[in-house]
Amino acid sequence: MKLTESLSFRNVKGRPARSAVLLILTVIMTAAVVCGIMTVSSLRAGLGALEARLGADIMVVPASAVSKKNFENIVLQGSMGYFYMDSSYYDKVAEREGIEKVSPQLFLASASAGCCSVPLQIIGYDPETDFTVSPWIKKSAGGTLGDYDVVVGNDLSVFVGGTITFYGVECKVAAKLDKTGTDLDTAVYTNMNTIKKLIASSIEMGMNDFRDIDPDHSVSCILIKVADGYPVDEVLNDLNLHVRRTKSFRTKDMISGVSDSLSGVSVMIGVLMCAVIILGIVILFLAFTMSVNERKKEFAVLRITGASRKKLSGIVMSEALIIALSGGVIGTAVALLIMLPFNGIIEESIGLPFLMPDALMIAVMCAAALAVSAACGAAAAAYSARRISRIDTGVILRGDN
Amino acid sequence: MRIASKGITKEFIRSSKGTNRLVAVAPADLEIAEGKLTLLMGRSGSGKSTLLNMLAGLLTPTSGTLTYDGSDIYAMNDDALSLFRCEHIGVIPQGQTAVHSLNVLENICLSYMIYPGNESREAVRSRAETLMKKLGIAELENAMPSELSGGELRRMAIARAMIREPDIIFADEPTCDLDDENTLIVLDILKEAAQSGTSVFMVTHEKDAENFADISLEMSSGTLSES
Repeated sequence: MKLTESLSFRNVKGRPARSAVLLILTVIMTAAVVCGIMTVSSLRAGLGALEARLGADIMVVPASAVSKKNFENIVLQGSMGYFYMDSSYYDKVAEREGIEKVSPQLFLASASAGCCSVPLQIIGYDPETDFTVSPWIKKSAGGTLGDYDVVVGNDLSVFVGGTITFYGVECKVAAKLDKTGTDLDTAVYTNMNTIKKLIASSIEMGMNDFRDIDPDHSVSCILIKVADGYPVDEVLNDLNLHVRRTKSFRTKDMISGVSDSLSGVSVMIGVLMCAVIILGIVILFLAFTMSVNERKKEFAVLRITGASRKKLSGIVMSEALIIALSGGVIGTAVALLIMLPFNGIIEESIGLPFLMPDALMIAVMCAAALAVSAACGAAAAAYSARRISRIDTGVILRGDN
Repeated sequence: MRIASKGITKEFIRSSKGTNRLVAVAPADLEIAEGKLTLLMGRSGSGKSTLLNMLAGLLTPTSGTLTYDGSDIYAMNDDALSLFRCEHIGVIPQGQTAVHSLNVLENICLSYMIYPGNESREAVRSRAETLMKKLGIAELENAMPSELSGGELRRMAIARAMIREPDIIFADEPTCDLDDENTLIVLDILKEAAQSGTSVFMVTHEKDAENFADISLEMSSGTLSES
């Protein structure tokens, strides 16, 4: 029987109220650390996925669309909404100098009425010119989409091979995309022919806000990749100056709003995490100091029966580690129980791209949180352990300590 | 085991500036007789417990040497001295002392939790049971210290000091606060230990203890003398 293991365990068990309070504290501390790390990591991953999928340097939209509520989220994150401009703008944009690639997209929001299976954003792209979504659609669908084929976002509960109906038109689900942590997870991608049919059908059913448009001659936004050697800002200025009734944006500038919000949220979470950790260490420190003070005579008994100074420190440190690691394990489990089932609600309340890390990354984060918890316990108990290792047994036994 | 002190003293600094020193034990030369019960008497504050703690290797003297079979124990490092104390010295401290998270049997066997040694668990347990029976606490084996009376706690501390059959037992006021019956039980046990070859060094106020002592010493204002 090893004293430092068994006695520490017995001391923790033998003081249930004190141990429970310290355990709850470490549970809160670890849960806060795990939730904080996972939230920040999910936000960063969400932004990374958003950046990776945008792919374009510049986006051109109708000037009137800019005033639309939620405009940035419509073009960046696949939130529901649509607007159109004449497809002749596509040719005008393509003619400008410094443009390497150009590709149109068409948007349509499905309705919640019986004509549609589910309300969501439908994004049409041109497989021949597209340079942004094709690679990851190809990865999921294994090729280009045929007419009436759709690729659905990760959060939609439809099966690949099943059908989904928009404005009375039945479409086949060809594939499901990887999670992005944005509204794109509830969006649908299809080719230009299909979305034009869907827009026409929505107009026929009187369910489109733009009743006078010709779907065959309309686009919602034009994505541009700037040719090498041309500064993006110059091309952007040229477009804003010469392609009238449109508004061109640099995509990175559009993301910077999201990025700024993410930085703000990250800093706030970081500060909260630090505050919880510091508070935890202070309370643990006080608890261990008080406990060791109360038990000075017990430590003196251990000393007279042959415990070395190192062993006394070992007992205090083991007690701290038992509490910190138990609290760490429970805290990690609590954090996972909060984060895994409720990440959708968290995503919605934060309003930023939110992409949960994979299982391996989560395991690494949990291990890191456990290490933080153990380190906090050790740091809080270190002073008491040092102090008790220096007790003068004779003085303690002699006096009324 | 031959235990001898030469000129050991202990001074305590009373004020924070270190100007007011209390001489708790004046230079003391002492040899503890093997297999005898040595009694140290004296008024409160005379330095008896301080001397006992120094002799037991628990309080480093300000000056002088303490040897066990010729080895200066205060020259040992802490690990070696702790092991030495565990194997050769039994201490019955003043007051009520126990590890409150352990039951009576575990408290008695505490030194085996620290250094298990080569003895089997059964042998240790059997010796603990014999001691508990002798001390009248056999039925308290599984009781926790918080459930014991002052006398029972003291008897548990005596068993704890004797479990390893040490070469010497240092007992600091072992009968303090005990009733007459328990006082006699404790003194009998210590006398029996001395008769079986263990040196016993006991500090007490108890006048009746003199009847059990082989050697009596007296301490007055930090100075040791034979009574």
